[in-house]
Amino acid sequence: MSIDLKTIKHISKLSRISVDEKKAEKLAGDLNSIFEFIEKLNELKTDNVQPLTSVAETTLKLRDDEVKSKNLREQIIKNSPQENEDYFVVPKVIE
Amino acid sequence: MSKDKPEYLINRKDNQYEVVIGLEVHAQVTSESKLFSTSSTKFGAEPNTQVSLVDAAFPGMLPVINEFCVKQAIKTGIGLKAKINKRSVFDRKNYFYADLPQGYQISQFKDPIVGEGKVILDMPDGQKEVGIERLHLEQDAGKSIHDLDPKNTFVDLNRSGVALMEIVSKPDLRSPDEVNAYVKKLRSIMRYLGTCDGNMQEGSLRADVNVSVRRKGTKDFGTRCEIKNVNSIKFMQMAIEYEANRQVDLIEDGQSIDQETRLFDIKKNETRSMRSKEDAHDYRYFPDPDLLPLEVSDDFIEKLKLEIPELPDEKKKRFIEKFKVSPYEATILVSDNETSNYFENVIKKSDVKLATNWIIGELFAALNEKNLEITESPISAGNLSKLINLIKDGTISGKMAKTVFEHMMEGDKDPKKIVEEKGLKQESDPKALEKLIDKVIDDNREKATEYKSGKVKLFGFFVGQVMKVSGGKANPQLVNEILKKKL
Amino acid sequence: MSDITKQSLSELIKNIKDKKLSSTEVTKAFVERSENSKDLNAYVTEDFSAAIDKAKKFDENPNLDLKLPGIPMAVKDLFCTKNVKTTAGSKILNNFIPTYESTVTQNIWNEGAILLGKLNCDEFAMGSSNETSFFGCVQNPIDKDLVPGGSSGGSSSAVAAQLTPITIGTDTGGSIRQPASFTGIVGLKPTYGSCSRYGIVAFASSLDQAGPMAQNVKDCALLHEVISSYDEKDSTSIDFKRNKYSKELTNNIKGKKIGIPKEYRVDGMPKEIEDLWKKGIDYVKDCGAEIIDISLPHTNYALPTYYIVAPAEASSNLARYDGVKYGFRADGENLIDMYEKTRSEGFGAEVQRRIMIGTYVLSSGYYDAYYLKAQKVRKLIKNDFDEAYKKVDAILTPSTPSSAFKIGEKTNDPVSMYLNDIFTVPVNLAGLPGISIPAGHDAKGYPLGLQIIGKAFDEQNILNIAYAMEEKINFKNKITDWWIK
Repeated sequence: MSIDLKTIKHISKLSRISVDEKKAEKLAGDLNSIFEFIEKLNELKTDNVQPLTSVAETTLKLRDDEVKSKNLREQIIKNSPQENEDYFVVPKVIE
Repeated sequence: MSKDKPEYLINRKDNQYEVVIGLEVHAQVTSESKLFSTSSTKFGAEPNTQVSLVDAAFPGMLPVINEFCVKQAIKTGIGLKAKINKRSVFDRKNYFYADLPQGYQISQFKDPIVGEGKVILDMPDGQKEVGIERLHLEQDAGKSIHDLDPKNTFVDLNRSGVALMEIVSKPDLRSPDEVNAYVKKLRSIMRYLGTCDGNMQEGSLRADVNVSVRRKGTKDFGTRCEIKNVNSIKFMQMAIEYEANRQVDLIEDGQSIDQETRLFDIKKNETRSMRSKEDAHDYRYFPDPDLLPLEVSDDFIEKLKLEIPELPDEKKKRFIEKFKVSPYEATILVSDNETSNYFENVIKKSDVKLATNWIIGELFAALNEKNLEITESPISAGNLSKLINLIKDGTISGKMAKTVFEHMMEGDKDPKKIVEEKGLKQESDPKALEKLIDKVIDDNREKATEYKSGKVKLFGFFVGQVMKVSGGKANPQLVNEILKKKL
Repeated sequence: MSDITKQSLSELIKNIKDKKLSSTEVTKAFVERSENSKDLNAYVTEDFSAAIDKAKKFDENPNLDLKLPGIPMAVKDLFCTKNVKTTAGSKILNNFIPTYESTVTQNIWNEGAILLGKLNCDEFAMGSSNETSFFGCVQNPIDKDLVPGGSSGGSSSAVAAQLTPITIGTDTGGSIRQPASFTGIVGLKPTYGSCSRYGIVAFASSLDQAGPMAQNVKDCALLHEVISSYDEKDSTSIDFKRNKYSKELTNNIKGKKIGIPKEYRVDGMPKEIEDLWKKGIDYVKDCGAEIIDISLPHTNYALPTYYIVAPAEASSNLARYDGVKYGFRADGENLIDMYEKTRSEGFGAEVQRRIMIGTYVLSSGYYDAYYLKAQKVRKLIKNDFDEAYKKVDAILTPSTPSSAFKIGEKTNDPVSMYLNDIFTVPVNLAGLPGISIPAGHDAKGYPLGLQIIGKAFDEQNILNIAYAMEEKINFKNKITDWWIK
């Protein structure tokens, strides 16, 4: 298996990271050597194995339906890159 | 009943097309706090004032699930006669958008909390069963506001993280009317259960509508298009009509239909493609490692079953059997819990038949005119009951009752008081009526003779005269009886 | 008192409790040494003057009943600290100041400790050498141009160089144990669910655990006692009965069964590692423990599994760094352009590489072949340990397949870098506790570590074994203060 430049472009788009040709080539090289190493898993037969999602052998705890978080607008917006008192601001979304 | 069903078909030249519709309804769970955070879900707050660090996806923030939302989803599942899955899993649906702060939505993909169920629709030509594929819990996104600034989009995260139930129907719906009935029924069940307020103006209920068409009589489904995020039943119906016709035109034109997501433009009354193909989404679902599988016990589910109220279908059955109302009347009376409660309160002390007619007729018309819900009715169930009893015991005529009713609509007054104040009381004293009638006959001797010689049509004239002389207060039934004797 | 920084945590606590030292004296000593050690590049953010103020305040009204009374401490920059910049070693968080505190650090401050500053680490904890940090590599105090290990490289360097008496790191695939091994200190990765993940910048949620790093086992046990807690804010936190790890610490490990997994004898393992392991076996025998040969047959599949699971989770966990709510934002013509530029400029090469791997293995058509497959193999790896623990109480292995390497030596070969975590990764995949203790030196005089892996929630047992071995090993770290001018 080999990961080509088209695939790199596709996954870079999905992960919203821009890549130019040079970077794409470097990434393709790196990813191919990593996946070569990952392919080792194909040696194993796992048809009847249950996948393990979490090692925490406990069930999901449920919390009460209570409003505890107060108005944190100032705190929440304080770190945002573009200043505005009420909103997060992003460049215009084009649909 | 062997009536032919009125089918909804789209006709072109020689071909008839059937429309196949499936709905993904997004219903906001009624809860105080959000699905995975402790911020408030109240509608209409100032922007970004109901946003916790978890909702805004600050580094290191983790989701903790709200038990009440889980219970609400299970209750809804019970209301949909559905299978409750004792083990369900939360997955991450990954995509980037300005109002999706985590870069993923926590949803349930492979293992939803509720499995297959059904909803019964009451259509004019009989009942129809619509299959429910599944119900799962997920987070709502925030809101992007595009029209506050020419260059920028503003983001309000108040809704971000609010619990939604996505209820997916099977592709069992065949017409805009069925969609109307389905959404209303779903809404009614959830309102009975108190799991979703169903308020479409506030966005508590929206739907993605899947539409495909096929030649009448064929079995295979056509390629479907998904119309995203439609927030009123009327728009759903309009969108379906437009979309079905668009697809039929493409087929008739020899073209193929692309499976795609479309948007309904309210202003232009048309659907249009939302995303170009190369930007097709790959959501990369995988189990959320911040959460463990959700497991509920039989005991947990059984306790919830005890909390389930009588639902519309059962209530309807009871109304028909116990109160002898017609299926049509029962359907209307049980459409929501408030109406059925009102009805049951009215009939505690008054005649069922009259009550049914007055509620479905006068009351609904009057409320409609004033754009009021039954809970906001100016006339309490108790006073409507009194009004009906005044009719029943002959104190007032049906016609007078309408006048009294109008006065009652202006403020919840005791109908007896209105009758007294306005002097609307009906004259039901036979002696007094006899006097009146004698006078009328005396004044119209010629006509009385004509009547007696066979001109029976003149009876109506005499009734009219008596009513006129009495100022409309004479009890018409008694007038009839006495007149017949006297003439 | 120049030898203050040479004291262990336990000694410092005793001296403060006995009023032989004040918190201010101790704090000033560590601040001074830290200031003289800037060449190590261990700190990302210094909070020295605030630390001294807090120490003075502590001394005004000292609460000596606390477990860490007035003890200054620097922490890995992956823990969110209220009003103190938290970067995760990344440009994308270079200006981020949390308004909240992680549970683990809060537990520490609640016991009287004082924040000295934030320690350098690999970007988002992705690395085994601290070279992926936006703030530059950290020097290993053992030798110039030697990596301190990673990702908790600033932490290991700072403890080994005595810039902080003790610290905390995080461990996703070995990020506490490997740097501890490279710098001659003790590092514990607790059982998954033992320490809350609330407020820790996430790398791979199903693997991440915070843990203590110290100069000796006793200090390590005490800090673990402070940081391990059940936390309702973390749904994967586990409510189990936690020991008083430091009070219950004992060197009596007579009759304990210690497993030696044959699969850890990997090809090309240097002889000195092999010898160290043998020495370790002798030490535990000397302590009265029983050695049992065991097999962990899927060991060789752990790294490939890890390099699917961890990047997959990371690709999703790091989606929140999008230039909208906080952190770095690059200008863009529209939203998507802004996202792509922000993430391309804000993340370093290794982080981008792992996001790409993670995105790929989760993408449509590959999920079953990679992600699902990895989860199944993860189950097999966990089963291996479950089987082994029917026969033994703990497992003894080397911590790393080599001693510390030179800065730049492995940067162009990601796979050889990844191979460094071969002995530590299986422990994370199985969610078990593992401790690395310094056990000897290689020919160059660089420290080497041994790892003791325990049953889930059995931290006390591996701490006891480590404590008993530590006595026998009598390790002395060779630190020359070469960086102090």
